[in-house]
Amino acid sequence: MIVLYVHIATHLVLVLLLPPLCLGVIAKTKALFAGRVGPPLLQPYYDLARLMKKGMVLSRTTTWVFLAGPIVGIVTTLLAALFVPLGGHAAPLSFAGDFVLFAYALGLGRFFTVAAALDTGSPFEGMGGAREVTFSCLAEPALFFGFLVLAHASGSYSLSDMLGASVSSTWSTASASLAAVALSWFVVLLAENSRIPFDDPNTHLELTMIHEVMVLDHSGPLFGVILYGAAVKLFVFGALVLGVAAPLAGIGPWASWPVFVAVSLLLAVVIGVVESVMARLRLPQVPSLLVAASLLAAFGAVLLVR
Amino acid sequence: MSATSLLKLANGAAVPLSKVPRLELAAFREAIISGCKRDRRVSALFGTPHADGLALYGVLADDAAGMLECAWTVLVGDEFPSMTPECPEVHLFEREIAEQWGVVPAGHPWLKPVRFHSSYRPGHDAWGRAQDVTPLIGVTNFLRVEGEEIHEVAVGPVHAGVIEPGHFRFQCHGEHVFHLEISLGYQHRGVERKLVGGPTKRTIHFMETLSGDTSIGHATAYCQNLESLGGEHAMPRGHWLRGIAQELERLANHTGDLGALAGDVGFLPTASYCGRLRGDFLNMSAVLCGSRFGRGLVRPGGVTFDVDEVRLEDLRKRLEAGAKDVTNAVQLLWAMPSAMARFEDTGRVPTDVAAELGLVGPAARACGLRRDVRTSHPYGIYQLTHIPLATLDSGDVYARAYVRWLEIKRSIDFIRIQLGEGPRGGIRSECPPPKPEHFAVSLVEGWRGEICHVALTDASGQFAAYKVIDPSFHNWMGLAMSLRDQQISDFPICNKSFNLSYCGHDL
Repeated sequence: MIVLYVHIATHLVLVLLLPPLCLGVIAKTKALFAGRVGPPLLQPYYDLARLMKKGMVLSRTTTWVFLAGPIVGIVTTLLAALFVPLGGHAAPLSFAGDFVLFAYALGLGRFFTVAAALDTGSPFEGMGGAREVTFSCLAEPALFFGFLVLAHASGSYSLSDMLGASVSSTWSTASASLAAVALSWFVVLLAENSRIPFDDPNTHLELTMIHEVMVLDHSGPLFGVILYGAAVKLFVFGALVLGVAAPLAGIGPWASWPVFVAVSLLLAVVIGVVESVMARLRLPQVPSLLVAASLLAAFGAVLLVR
Repeated sequence: MSATSLLKLANGAAVPLSKVPRLELAAFREAIISGCKRDRRVSALFGTPHADGLALYGVLADDAAGMLECAWTVLVGDEFPSMTPECPEVHLFEREIAEQWGVVPAGHPWLKPVRFHSSYRPGHDAWGRAQDVTPLIGVTNFLRVEGEEIHEVAVGPVHAGVIEPGHFRFQCHGEHVFHLEISLGYQHRGVERKLVGGPTKRTIHFMETLSGDTSIGHATAYCQNLESLGGEHAMPRGHWLRGIAQELERLANHTGDLGALAGDVGFLPTASYCGRLRGDFLNMSAVLCGSRFGRGLVRPGGVTFDVDEVRLEDLRKRLEAGAKDVTNAVQLLWAMPSAMARFEDTGRVPTDVAAELGLVGPAARACGLRRDVRTSHPYGIYQLTHIPLATLDSGDVYARAYVRWLEIKRSIDFIRIQLGEGPRGGIRSECPPPKPEHFAVSLVEGWRGEICHVALTDASGQFAAYKVIDPSFHNWMGLAMSLRDQQISDFPICNKSFNLSYCGHDL
């Protein structure tokens, strides 16, 4: 029993503390590709600490919705993180059908982020909200076709089982399906977390941004919460992709934690590489890539059930 | 009206004011309009106060003959028939005249303030505003597209990045832009008014900061005017050093622009390398004169700093290192399909529109227009060493980027040859004070395009008027046109591909 608590505690600690490091690794990778030294690996933590100490500017045109956006965003993201198994260990919470709650907890967070953006009345934020909603509804089929494959392979409707021990055995029987899902989910990860080629998290150009433009009016601690929530979300999606691409259930309960941390950081490096060697897509082409990701995952499902 | 009634003048020449033909208003109008139809460009069109009303001066550039054509007229009364409907490229010149002198170009289709200041002639105002009311910048009647699903996006004057202030208003349907209207004036300092009564000790500093990134270009244009007005040529070695400094300025800015374009589409390697290389090229200017922007180098009569063999060798080494790195960094960009997909077919300005609007510089050359003062109206060192013209036809962001790359290569070749050996002798001659009652025009190809300075001296040899036309003045409308039927998310790269000066426009 105590062992179980230790594993749950480890899960929580990783979810709470590791995400900003992943951002640091991405930034460092991009800097190396660009021939720069880059910011320190721990810079995202410093940034969060700095933001938490700052004051806030609240526009007079905004209402409680503006405050609720970041709060609901972080709460729903942390809730979703409780359902995703890390390193082959069962997640702290699981029940049959929890993957639906996982997807729509994130959806609720997005709803409130968009609502907070619209609450400012700024045309940029409205544009960003429209883009975010359009692209995320195109990313959703990819996510669910992936769930379909995993549910079929594991015979379970709980994320902990779907991404549990069955993944390793599925790799030997239906590797093409899992590869399709892993690739499709990687695209979803890039889209959902506003990474290049979908969005540029570092841009300051209000007319081209998607996610960043929605939070232009947030400042200080609220903005810190948003950045932290975004980091956790990236980590959670990373855990999903890794759950498929790098099943760790077989390597022993204690060894799997450090291995999981290592592959998480490795995934951050891969994201950094992708961001370094690609330019952003033209906005009208974004749906094509997301539809392609959905088709890929659907193809994986077809291969499995044929 | 035949072209013979216009005074033909070489670039960088001065003539007594009495030699510049005074035409009747109708003849002046006809000369400008027919000039535009005969492949002349309007380089300058401006007003100055006159005893009988308002004097209007026009300078047309005949690129094929390499000559400038000048004339003037006197406008009595507060109205004149606009030339814009027949010659669209004067649209902004006429708006400027209307704003500065309170005269109305009747029939102007787009008569709005340019810089939002009060008229220079109390009691005259093109919009009938009260004299004691200071106009608010950016408050005007913007074009609006009506409809339920149309939305208007206003950007600026305060931007999310550290850039100059300007107001941009998009008429959008979803992500689709119908029209972009650009409203500037936030950087208006009243430089031209300050120059009247000059030249003084401060004049050259005004010139070097008209547009901070074009210090060499504007200072050279000014010094050419002072030299021709004073009747003393600059020393050959001075011309040689000015040429090197000018191409270094072009090199630094074009490199920075390509990096910024790469950064805007999120392609980091080129963005970072070009950012550093821009600094390296600026440092070469610092080797020349101690200032990275070439301040304090170009002065009437020549230049202030000579180079010895040690610094020449240093410059050669830096140039070769920079040339190698910039080639690598930029080739990376052309080899990246995802970046090219963003550049190609984005922000296209058709060639005929570019010609009608009178675009200049890389923006014009990217539309296939053969416009480069260095080849058409050569001055200084360019009279001896020609730089091949770089043009592309497609008129899109890619063309504007690629023309810059071609010019980078040619500037490097030029500097490499010049650093081999230069003319011997002094670097600066004594420049006599300007002759009274003279008229001088000087064109320089700055890195953004044609810089035109026109000087008029009064009976005591002081500037009665000094007109500055920065290339941005011609090109801002080109940016607005490039956004027609584009995605609003492509505005930043369209904007970067022009990279126009706000303060150069606002003066």
